[in-house]
Amino acid sequence: MSIINIENLKKFFGKLPVLDGINLSVPQGTMLALLGPNGAGKTTTIKILSTLLKPDGGRAIVNGYDVTCDPRGVRRSIGLTGQYAAIDEFLTGKENLELFGMLYHMHKKDIKRRIPELLERFELTNAASRAVRTYSGGMRRKLDLAACIIASPPVVFLDEPTTGLDPRSRLATWEIIREMMRSQTTILLTTQQLEEADQLANNIAFINEGKIIAEGTSDDLKLRVGGRRLEILLKDNKNAVTASQILEINNIKFNIENRAVNIPTNGNISSLTNILALMEKNSIQIDTFSLRKPTLDDVFMYYTGHKTKDFKN
Amino acid sequence: MMSLCITLDTKQKISKTNLHQDNTKPIRIMSNDFTRIEVCIKPKEPHLFTDLLTDIWVLTRRSLLHIIKNIDQILGLTIQPIMFMLLFYFVFSGAIEVGDVDYLSFLLPGILVQSLAFGSLYTSLSVATDLQRGITDRLKSLPINSTASITGHVLADLVRNLIQGIILLFTSFFLGFNPSAGVKEWLIIIALSAVFTFAISWLSAIMGLAAKTIESVNWLGFIVIFPLTFASAAFVPTETMPFGLRQFAQNQPVTHIIEAIRALLLGMETGNHIKMSLIWSLIIIAISVPITTILFKQHGRN
Repeated sequence: MSIINIENLKKFFGKLPVLDGINLSVPQGTMLALLGPNGAGKTTTIKILSTLLKPDGGRAIVNGYDVTCDPRGVRRSIGLTGQYAAIDEFLTGKENLELFGMLYHMHKKDIKRRIPELLERFELTNAASRAVRTYSGGMRRKLDLAACIIASPPVVFLDEPTTGLDPRSRLATWEIIREMMRSQTTILLTTQQLEEADQLANNIAFINEGKIIAEGTSDDLKLRVGGRRLEILLKDNKNAVTASQILEINNIKFNIENRAVNIPTNGNISSLTNILALMEKNSIQIDTFSLRKPTLDDVFMYYTGHKTKDFKN
Repeated sequence: MMSLCITLDTKQKISKTNLHQDNTKPIRIMSNDFTRIEVCIKPKEPHLFTDLLTDIWVLTRRSLLHIIKNIDQILGLTIQPIMFMLLFYFVFSGAIEVGDVDYLSFLLPGILVQSLAFGSLYTSLSVATDLQRGITDRLKSLPINSTASITGHVLADLVRNLIQGIILLFTSFFLGFNPSAGVKEWLIIIALSAVFTFAISWLSAIMGLAAKTIESVNWLGFIVIFPLTFASAAFVPTETMPFGLRQFAQNQPVTHIIEAIRALLLGMETGNHIKMSLIWSLIIIAISVPITTILFKQHGRN
């Protein structure tokens, strides 16, 4: 059964379509990652689902409640963390959790039981009686997540939960999100990093300019985009021209920018040796080559044929 | 509790007037172009009044905690009234002629009302900070009446101003201020100050919502409150002011409340000042509360 259902959702800012007819559904206890560049419509989708914005068309149902008809029902069912930790700077970690517990109208007894449990799980016990002002970015984020699930909502929206975090805090946050999933919470997560979506989500929807342009499991997407990217830096532009001709003749998909060629592969030895042997055979001079994971840019390039535009929010 | 949303084909547009003529109460129009209507199958769960009181209390408690947890607020709260009192007293007392009373007695009500007005600006600052930090959005996603967050800031202003007023009075007693007011007069003074604070705090909530940044909140506050407190009977008798300014100063709300408190403290005739300051405060409240609520609900919704 789908807990989140979005049908032909539309939103305009002025005349500009920000969401241009989005369809999505998230089954209970699973996570959908909404992957896309800045300005693609990720945050707008979350804002509509959490009743902060009104849709201009279509409908969205969360936990059985329509976001426009029954905002209160929706609000009782969800936990939300925005792009910035929205917790009170001057209160301590514990006081913040108390505040949110009381605002969710939980029983005092339940709040008392839940707070130490959450602090322990999020490794914040030692910082519990310090003002949030003194917390690091990673700690704030963790407290924000704790506040968001204090009332154990069936649905959680995570809007770019690891943006601006250092790699260690990012891993810690991922671990917390995985644990949320183990407790059967339905999660909609937005991210700009393919790796994050890949690591966490059951399903990935790729959004660009207000449209879903690809959807599937991360394996589906990777299979289409290529599990690894082979990046070859050629000696000069003349070599680059010959190389692209040869790749084209051999029906190998690639992107080229000046003398850098980028080829999606599945990453296994035979496919790599094939390509490199082809270069060798045609005496194409190579400076360096490397193998890397595909990025959002690669997915973007694959589906749209051009690089991500940097949108300013 | 459950309701059903129906999106109509654009060809089937219904007009607003039709809906109203039919007097079909359970139907609500959900979109600007009247293509989307809502039919409530069961009546919506009402906002419980006790829930609202809980929300207001929880969020007021949060704003009150800010008073003791924010060092800036503690400093502003204690140092500002003492400094105003000392500076105005020592700088102006030799130069300004205020008639029968000594300058300290004349000055205190002015400074008191000025610090009440400035103290009420904390609401604008708190409201703008909540907006900027994403706390407002977060609160709006909770199953609460989120305007309670503003009510919380407003009520915290009352407590803050009470503390500030007490510090100010003790400073003036130290300087030799000796008012003749009895218990009844003091109670009226406290009530007038509370209603005035309440009014200015709601006005200040509008400024907080209207300003885009925390910096512009400060400017907006100064632009509104400075003229009101200085072009008043706070520091000099209004009779000394030029034509135009004098008429403004004599009839604006801040002057009325200063004159009322001054008369109550010094045992003089209060005239219509108590009545006028109450009327002014109530007018400001009656206008500001609905505007604040509308702005708050509209904010960021497009």
